Amino acid sequence: MTVEVSLPYDKEYVTQFSNGLQEPEWMQSLRLNALEKSESLPLPKPDKTNIQGWNFTEFKHHVEGEKIESLDQLPAEIQDFLDEEEQKNLVIQRNHTTAFGVLDEKLKEQGVVFTDMKTALREHGELVEKYYMNDAVHVDEHRLTALHAALMNGGVFLYVPKNVQIEEPLQAIFWQEDPEASLINHILVVAEENSSVTYVENYVSNNKEEKTSANIVAEVIAKDGAKVSFGAVDNFEAGTTVYANRRGVAYRDSVIEWALGQMNEGNTVSENITHLIGDNSHSNAKTVAIGRGQQKQNFTTNIRHFGKGSDGYILQHGVMKDKSSAIFNGVGKIEHGASKSNAEQESRVLMLSKDARGDANPILLIDEDDVTAGHAASVGRVDPIQLYYLMSRGISRFEAERLIIHGFLAPVVNQLPVEAVKRQLTQVIERKVY
Amino acid sequence: MAGSTLEIKDLHVEIEGQEILKGVNLTINGGEFHAVMGPNGTGKSTLASAVMGHPKYEVTKGQILLDGEDVLEMEVDERAQAGLFLAMQYPSEISGVTNSDFLRSAINAHREEGDEISLMKFIKEMDSKMDTLEMDKNMAQRYLNEGFSGGEKKRNEILQLMMVQPAIAILDEIDSGLDIDALKVVSQGINEMRNDEFGCLIITHYQRLLNYITPDHVHVMMQGRVVKSGGPELAQRLEEEGYEWIKEELGIEDETVGQKA
Repeated sequence: MTVEVSLPYDKEYVTQFSNGLQEPEWMQSLRLNALEKSESLPLPKPDKTNIQGWNFTEFKHHVEGEKIESLDQLPAEIQDFLDEEEQKNLVIQRNHTTAFGVLDEKLKEQGVVFTDMKTALREHGELVEKYYMNDAVHVDEHRLTALHAALMNGGVFLYVPKNVQIEEPLQAIFWQEDPEASLINHILVVAEENSSVTYVENYVSNNKEEKTSANIVAEVIAKDGAKVSFGAVDNFEAGTTVYANRRGVAYRDSVIEWALGQMNEGNTVSENITHLIGDNSHSNAKTVAIGRGQQKQNFTTNIRHFGKGSDGYILQHGVMKDKSSAIFNGVGKIEHGASKSNAEQESRVLMLSKDARGDANPILLIDEDDVTAGHAASVGRVDPIQLYYLMSRGISRFEAERLIIHGFLAPVVNQLPVEAVKRQLTQVIERKVY
Repeated sequence: MAGSTLEIKDLHVEIEGQEILKGVNLTINGGEFHAVMGPNGTGKSTLASAVMGHPKYEVTKGQILLDGEDVLEMEVDERAQAGLFLAMQYPSEISGVTNSDFLRSAINAHREEGDEISLMKFIKEMDSKMDTLEMDKNMAQRYLNEGFSGGEKKRNEILQLMMVQPAIAILDEIDSGLDIDALKVVSQGINEMRNDEFGCLIITHYQRLLNYITPDHVHVMMQGRVVKSGGPELAQRLEEEGYEWIKEELGIEDETVGQKA
């Protein structure tokens, strides 16, 4: 059954919006084509979670945000994301306005591009066109990808030229300040041959009551020998329904690492798929999530092996409390021909209340003989023997549980590149669990 | 005599409905080292776990008192704060929690709020104790017991003992799985703890540990009870002659707890 929901934004609106941004022609026609498709395509069908009736269409599409002259004007909750030293590589998006943006001069000289998507479309249109919804995510996968393409209103473009190794992390903060603004963000990361880059993004909002929706697509292209480390902390408030689709394409000898802290308070569908196209490509995909209240969430981490000798590791750890429910799908798929590949995964769910629900679904699909694969999955409570051990050293039950839960979520916290973001995620975990 | 006193009186303990301890009596004073010996399956580890409050063990009868306070009324963390410590035979692995963070939490749990150990002092103490135990410094930053070898786990238990400085410690088969060099190192750590106040109960079924740590008192457990007590010479005789002579002396055919006495 498909529920017909008509979009409040029509062809005329989209055309005007695109014209207003002085977008290249290809982008406008991609939008209009996608808008048409969005009417007929069905919603995605995440395994075991019914998302019919979730709000993907009621929101404010364009809300200006005030510019930020200096970072100390930011409210403390946003400053929390920033390390204390001088910010050299940072984009802050406030509602749908790029409020702040800097990139190290040295990186600029090397040809690195790190800017908001609207600017990128104007200034680097041809480069964006080459990759935008081409190799990773496609417009016509389902209604939400089509809606995303039609109405994209933010995000960043990160381009790293051949052989450029960027040491310091690049950071983006996406701040949904208006309680009803919808972030339809497109993040495009292109790492050319033998380059390397670390990118981290934060989503934050305050709308406990007001309803809106976020529709996020991130595409990561790692060319031969490139290395991309992608970190994210999603922390939308309860009023925002979230669809997040982060997808990587890894070519020969390349590496894509994901560290996703999924800390949204509202209903969330998140998929993180990596295509290991090239021989000896590698991906390490880690997700941690917390569910509380009445929240419903569905997480998929999927690594598809096409290249020979490709190596994929999936880790999903979830903590569920109150009456929340979440499904964790871990999929390792080895295609025919991807010999000597290795697909490993671990999905664990920790239940903190008897009314919470968490499912770990490990799936291995293997169409090749000469491969290795393994999975571990568990759903359970805090181990009483672990508690006993910690308490036998004088640590209180409360503190012992706290240590165990933080430890359980540590794989992503530890991998995030910016100290402030680590600290902020630790605080969010602390706040959500207790 | 200074220090604390742990009294175990007529202790009966069940696990999953089966009685393992059938009336253990033992008193450990500060400054004394006791060894509890005995073949496998006679209830030695159960005694250790019951004193600490392991969730699977149920005390059905008897008393455990620490300086006259009822230990059985205490939660596990309260027992530790009162001064008890158990070096476990099979310590848990806890992913994501570094050894060093755990140790600091454990030390601070024994101190008043606002009187937490300073980071510098903590690191200094930990470093010096790791040196004594010949532990790789990297182990401080590794996750608690995760991927540790058997010997590393044992050293780590003794490291905790040395850092926490309890009044009374029970060491449950701390020698199992240790080669002779590691055994010497671990023994040295334990001997460093020896003073007028510290009381220690060493559980082992090999005499060899007692070559390095000389006990003041030796007890033999069979069928869930202490069946014989003596001085260090008792351990020596067990080393030379085994347990058979005790069984003969007491008319015991099967020393394990599964048997009716």
